[in-house]
Amino acid sequence: MNGVMQSVANWWDGVWGPISGTPVGWTLFTTGQILLVTVGILLSLAFLLLADRKIWAGVQMRKGPNVVGPFGLLQSFADFLKFVTKEIVIPAGSDKVVFLLAPLLTFILAFIGWAVVPFAPGWVIADLNVGILYLFAISSLGVYGIIMGGWASNSKYPFLGGLRSAAQMVSYEVSIGFVIVTVILLAGSMNLSDIVNNQAGGLAHWHAFAPKTLVIMFPMMVIFFVSALAETNRPPFDLPEAESELVAGYQVEYSSTPYLLFMIGEYANIVLMCAMLTILFFGGWHPPLDVAPLTWLHPFVWFALKVVFWFFMFAMVKAIVPRYRYDQLMRLGWKVFLPTSLVAVALVAAIQVYGRVS
Amino acid sequence: MAALLLEYLPIVVFMALATILGLGFILAAAIVAPSNPDAEKVSAYECGFNAFDDARMKFDVRFYLVAILFIIFDLEVAFLFPWATSLMDMPKDVSIFAFWSMMVFLGVLTVGFVYEWKKGALEWE
Repeated sequence: MNGVMQSVANWWDGVWGPISGTPVGWTLFTTGQILLVTVGILLSLAFLLLADRKIWAGVQMRKGPNVVGPFGLLQSFADFLKFVTKEIVIPAGSDKVVFLLAPLLTFILAFIGWAVVPFAPGWVIADLNVGILYLFAISSLGVYGIIMGGWASNSKYPFLGGLRSAAQMVSYEVSIGFVIVTVILLAGSMNLSDIVNNQAGGLAHWHAFAPKTLVIMFPMMVIFFVSALAETNRPPFDLPEAESELVAGYQVEYSSTPYLLFMIGEYANIVLMCAMLTILFFGGWHPPLDVAPLTWLHPFVWFALKVVFWFFMFAMVKAIVPRYRYDQLMRLGWKVFLPTSLVAVALVAAIQVYGRVS
Repeated sequence: MAALLLEYLPIVVFMALATILGLGFILAAAIVAPSNPDAEKVSAYECGFNAFDDARMKFDVRFYLVAILFIIFDLEVAFLFPWATSLMDMPKDVSIFAFWSMMVFLGVLTVGFVYEWKKGALEWE
């Protein structure tokens, strides 16, 4: 047995040794990392989607999907096969290139945001020094996929849905930006790994709970969470696809895999927002207490647990909260969140500057 | 410079792979799924009648207004990012100066914000 292992290791050294450090080796290694992350996200999305439906069902005293596989665990894979075997309908009046480009763009943007997310110490594809700025930029671009889809369909419902969605997303983008600035003020860096490491040492060091700024940062976390709901068009802010008025909003004319791309993109964005909440406020990969049994778990497990916790919150909000009206939504974004987060930026900056020892 | 750009190369590779994957999904359905469109199937969605005219109609000017407000505030946020990063790297007296400089800037923007609030640019009825 040892001999076999040894010869496999020798073979690997023979193959990998000459190309490691060369551009070819680098490309293969990076591609491998990216494929690992992509497949990991796609697989976890399949189960998170099921979890979403199960939680929703549980709140309404239903069973939820339970036919495909044990407890319905394979439901998402069955759904995927169904999507692939459905006809792609492209409306005659639509702008065909843009019509197909829109879901593709949503999908690509939802995935490349994950390039800077640190899953555990050193587990990051591109450790940019402006990581948070990159994430902010990518999530801003997300609005294009939706407005392109709404425009290209050349149908009234998608058009109105796309407009609403664009206005809603840009409104909440602003308060997300201010909340991110408060976190940068605390961490003094835009690198996501640095931001996480600034929260090492347990609950009292997490940005959301640090005693010195608790009164400001905890509400900031809530604002970020609510803005993330609006940003990803989740209930109670799912006005772009409110079925009672707009059927399905910008997605009305989509079928088959183009629709699937929209849906995967939307859920990948939701999980990305959960990851951002974890990184910015919940200490990333650090355990809640720096004591023995908790530190035995791999940092990645802590990161995943926190992301799942936030996803659970997203699912519960969808199940419990009734939908907002459009004017209420705009009022909340511009008249409540924007002034509050603006004041918070000034307060956190003042605490940081005047609280300095030297 | 090259080292700085090299940091971003994995993102380009990621973008390429995501594009291939997304196109793969669309192509899979294009190959596997049946395709027999007819006039009714490819017409725009409407409630029980054919669409009267082009769907790209006039829309409320407030969407435009929101977009303009967004540009102002998003630029402001982008302006705050480098300030927030470097605020604590300076000597204390310099950082106090930097703090008050930014407060003046935010104050000017707040005046504009109050003006547009009073003007009713944020009202949706």
